[in-house]
Amino acid sequence: MNLTELWHRMGSPRWFYQMSGPWGTGFATLAVVLLVVGTMWGLAFAPADYQQGNSFRIIYIHVPTAILAQSVYMMLGVAGFIFLVWRMKLADMLLQVMVPFGMGVTALALFSGAVWGRPTWGAWWVWGDPRILSMLLLLFLYFGLYALRAAIPRAEAAARACALLALVGLINIPIIKYSVEWWQTLHQGVTFTLTEKPKMPIQMWAPLLVNVIGIYCLFAANVIIRLRGEVLRRESGTAWVQEVVATHDQARRGHSGDSGAMA
Amino acid sequence: MFRAQLIREWRASVRSRDEILNPLVFLFLSIMLFALGLGGEAHALSRWSPGVLWALVLLTNLLSLEGLFRRDFDDGTLEQMVLLAEPAFVPVVAKILVQWCFSGALIALLTPVLGLVLNMPMTAWPVVMATLAIGTPALSMLGAIGAALTVGLRRGGVLLALLILPFYVPVLIFGVTAASDAMAGLGVNAQIFALAGISMLAVTAAPFAVVAAVRISLEQA
Amino acid sequence: MSFDSVESFFHMGGHALYVWMVFGASLAGLVGNLINLNRTHRAAVEAAAREPLVSEEEPS
Repeated sequence: MNLTELWHRMGSPRWFYQMSGPWGTGFATLAVVLLVVGTMWGLAFAPADYQQGNSFRIIYIHVPTAILAQSVYMMLGVAGFIFLVWRMKLADMLLQVMVPFGMGVTALALFSGAVWGRPTWGAWWVWGDPRILSMLLLLFLYFGLYALRAAIPRAEAAARACALLALVGLINIPIIKYSVEWWQTLHQGVTFTLTEKPKMPIQMWAPLLVNVIGIYCLFAANVIIRLRGEVLRRESGTAWVQEVVATHDQARRGHSGDSGAMA
Repeated sequence: MFRAQLIREWRASVRSRDEILNPLVFLFLSIMLFALGLGGEAHALSRWSPGVLWALVLLTNLLSLEGLFRRDFDDGTLEQMVLLAEPAFVPVVAKILVQWCFSGALIALLTPVLGLVLNMPMTAWPVVMATLAIGTPALSMLGAIGAALTVGLRRGGVLLALLILPFYVPVLIFGVTAASDAMAGLGVNAQIFALAGISMLAVTAAPFAVVAAVRISLEQA
Repeated sequence: MSFDSVESFFHMGGHALYVWMVFGASLAGLVGNLINLNRTHRAAVEAAAREPLVSEEEPS
């Protein structure tokens, strides 16, 4: 099999459905284990910050969600590019399933940042912090993608419009981030940022690392499982999906038959 | 070819006067709302004038962009333009350029009037005019992407604002700080360079996105 | 363990409100997400079952 053939097979939703079966649950399980370990470790065992006390433990939610929120948008832009250039259906499905998840994670990052701001800066909402501001803008960008897809009735046109918007967003994000950071330096309202500590001891950053990996696993599980659902939905008229449905029904009937015999 | 398009667009815009006039009236109307909201105090209005001015310029520009492709889209001219023109972005760029002349450039020319109404000190006017002239091309270019994406939709107006306003934030930031620094008597080189850079990037890169967006909207019609 | 007692753990040195608000919201988000994920596949299969077979050949 040569490379182009592999590329085409990767673009086939059916191929994806058939190979991805066990991966979704695997990643979900891994995510739960890692997130529970990382969070408990961070909440109960990591030392308190000498300056912020225990409120600093919010870092174990804020940083993983903020990192993921940004990298999911990067992935959206890349998926949009792939879809526009190669018309790979799977890329559009990826774009579609990543948007709600990205929006949720961004909202959580924003919420945790705002709550963290209260004990640290004495205010729930600080416009002068570049991080909160760029997170808010990111949330609007996610919402734009979501609203655009909802507004365009034809799926093919919606797919291409969203791909284009995601790509434009990807190019604009560095400019937005730079301008927001530049703006913040004028205000000097916030003198120390929440997360950029020069030296964080290992007892503090190890649980953080666990949670970051954990939330990436959760993201992977979401993408895989939702992508499988989307594949079935979009290809529902085809023979192979009907086969999948039939085997599912059989498995279920066989299962209920067993329990009937037991009773 | 580009000139022919430009002349065609110019004439079409001048003929439908309301499309030029309505956004401008909206601009002055909203300035009045702010003046009333701030209690009519000359001092307060003057202090917040950079922010008020730029936020309203963004909205005015969006408003005038909404109709950018609408008429040509409805009567089928847009399809012919994009299909026949070689390269396809020639007529699209001509359209945006004319739109900019009647929104961003016109607002920049109106700076003295705006400055008077907003109680801006006269020393800041040159900087305000320059930043408006330099910054608004980026607004028109970026907004045109959104206008092209939403042209086929029945209720595209609010959606256009949702899609595009986040991209306007850098222009807002540099424009506002330039105006308030000028009012405080500080240098504004950094902001001018930043605005010029953003506009240059938008002018060179956005036409491709606008053409792609027009094609997407034409396909779904 | 950086806390001496269960009470001090829940008290979070006076920052209980903030810390538990964030972690509570995160837990709710995680649980909601997992429940939703659990339903996704079954819902898609059921939706596909309602759809009639369109054609034998599959679109690429």
